[in-house]
Amino acid sequence: MDKSSVFKGYLIAIAALGAAIAIALYAFLRDPQEETPDKFGFGKVAGADRIKALDIDVMPDGRGLPAGTGDIRQGLIIYTEKCVSCHGNGEKVDYKLPGDALFVNQPAKKTKTIGTYWPYATTIFDYIRRAMPYNAPGSLSDQEVYHLTAYLLYANKVIPANTVINEHSLPKIVMPAKKNYVVDDREGGSDIR
Amino acid sequence: MEDKETMPDALPAKPEPVKQPESPRISRRLWLSGAVTAATVMLVRQSVGKVAPVVPSAAPEVMTPATDLAAVDPTKVIGAGPSGYGTTSLFEKPERLTSLTSSRTPLQNLYGSITPSGLHFERHHGGIPVIDPDKYELLIHGMVDRPLVFSLADLKKFPSVTRTCFIECSGNYRSGKAEMTPQEICGLTSQSEWTGVLLSTIFKEVGVQPAATWFLAEGGDAAVMTRSIPVSKGWEDAMIVYAQNGEALRPEQGYPARLLLPGWEGNTSVKWLRRIKLSDAPFMTREETSKYTEKVKDGKIRQFSFVMDARSIITFPTYPVKVQKGWIEIRGLAWSGRGKIERVEVSVDGGQSWTAAELQGPVLDKAHTVFRYLWNWKGEETRIMSRAVDETGYVQPDYETLAAARESKGGYHFNPITKWLVKNNGEVFHDSPKSDDLS
Ligand code: HEC
Repeated sequence: MDKSSVFKGYLIAIAALGAAIAIALYAFLRDPQEETPDKFGFGKVAGADRIKALDIDVMPDGRGLPAGTGDIRQGLIIYTEKCVSCHGNGEKVDYKLPGDALFVNQPAKKTKTIGTYWPYATTIFDYIRRAMPYNAPGSLSDQEVYHLTAYLLYANKVIPANTVINEHSLPKIVMPAKKNYVVDDREGGSDIR
Repeated sequence: MEDKETMPDALPAKPEPVKQPESPRISRRLWLSGAVTAATVMLVRQSVGKVAPVVPSAAPEVMTPATDLAAVDPTKVIGAGPSGYGTTSLFEKPERLTSLTSSRTPLQNLYGSITPSGLHFERHHGGIPVIDPDKYELLIHGMVDRPLVFSLADLKKFPSVTRTCFIECSGNYRSGKAEMTPQEICGLTSQSEWTGVLLSTIFKEVGVQPAATWFLAEGGDAAVMTRSIPVSKGWEDAMIVYAQNGEALRPEQGYPARLLLPGWEGNTSVKWLRRIKLSDAPFMTREETSKYTEKVKDGKIRQFSFVMDARSIITFPTYPVKVQKGWIEIRGLAWSGRGKIERVEVSVDGGQSWTAAELQGPVLDKAHTVFRYLWNWKGEETRIMSRAVDETGYVQPDYETLAAARESKGGYHFNPITKWLVKNNGEVFHDSPKSDDLS
């Protein structure tokens, strides 16, 4: 073995040692917190009571509906007292109603109502309970909301007068407009839809 | 004039021909501050105290005498002192255009791409609630491993993210008149720099279950606003934001915290966010059935049209501006909910030829992008317009193309090219299609 190759061997060994030290140093000095944790432990566990107090949504399959029965005649009484001033009685008026017409006695081509535009009956219950009457939102009892829901379905000619509306029957109602609904199919690119 | 006797004797050393002030209160201040130049120590002391109320934040009384203040040589009067929270110059009065349930951003009065927080458009369904930040809570439950409640302080502890993007109401289309400003036609779009926590960070914290496909976002306002959102958007780029343009959210923008879904129709960025519920199906709330759906061809009703298609509008020169022959910098905004603006094309010959406008960089994802086009107007009557092209290759359609594709003359997600008629006398008018507003 000649001298120069021994020398080369030393050089390689030193270089390798240097690289190993550098890697070890990097691993050692690297901030141990660099990896973002999956969980931070912020926030409090939500107890069942707390969830129940806010969990007011109703889904099309009936999840979230409280037990209850709606009576069309009772609904008309409540509607006359608490809703008609803003939503009208289905007749044409020559001024703008504060709220949309919810049903029309004489169908007009353009009018969007529960009977002509809403795809699910459960939405009526969910929306009235959370937001109406506009001047006193959240003031109706579940029972009142059932009555109003029954009345509005009847006034829109979706159900006949003798229908029983409750947590089982409401999700089963097929709304006239349901068949017209399509899911958005735009996806950018050159198509105009 | 009647307030003459109340004026001090000491007048400005070299009085400018100051117009007689109309308000006695202001006139006294003006003259007093003018008296400072007469340099009696006593008067200086007196005036320092009395000059202070001339700070523009004393707005209502200072507003009318703007011209009087303007008439004073500002180098001869001590100016107003510092204030706790600054406001606009008393000569500048950009304003939102309000209706009972919305207000519109004055696009034609703004510069650059950020909308000042106080001019961000509003649309609410039950008014603006007052929410105490110390009592604020956000509940996340449903198909999660750990239902949790977060305080505002909790939300702020998470790693934060800042991003600039637009929010546009999907009902952002008005037409029908020649006398319409950009604000009236499409003022329901605004842009802010938002700061908050990524929803994906929160999703990991609560452990969203793999079977969860939709979530309900619910607001704490009188409408208890609700929208169903695909969980995928939550993982992609949704945020819960608590700050706007460097400060806490404005009340009308969801204080103390709102959802932010970049590029999606404004209503889905639920304000005053109080609850998120993970589920395996959409909830079919009123706001995604009766409203925020649009009639499309064959009598169909399109639902869950989340993304805002690319759009642009010239904001200068527009009604009611009157221009002069010569060089005019045409200015405007372009944006797309699907990503970056690739190109904006401008036509100054009624749509016969189109030229690429200059884009102000950096061009951001899902963000208002400023464009400019230098035009040497020779005085001929013509129509000027812009069209946006986004990175997916989508080209903003003209009114006829869009109306034909939809079999509709307006309504939600209606984003046609806006045309402006420039008369040979320099007057500019909205060249309005004969459409009805169906939204
Ligand atoms: C003070 C006026 C007022 C009263 C009273 C009122 N509403 Fe409303 N209602 C409104 C307004 C305004 C809206 C639209 C709210 C919005 O902008 O989102 C509305 C919306 C509705 C809608 C949704 C309409 C649609 O087409 O999407 C229903 C359903 C409804 N109200 C039912 C009721 C019922 C039931 C009552 C009585 C218990 C009632 N309202 C009382 C003003 C009123």
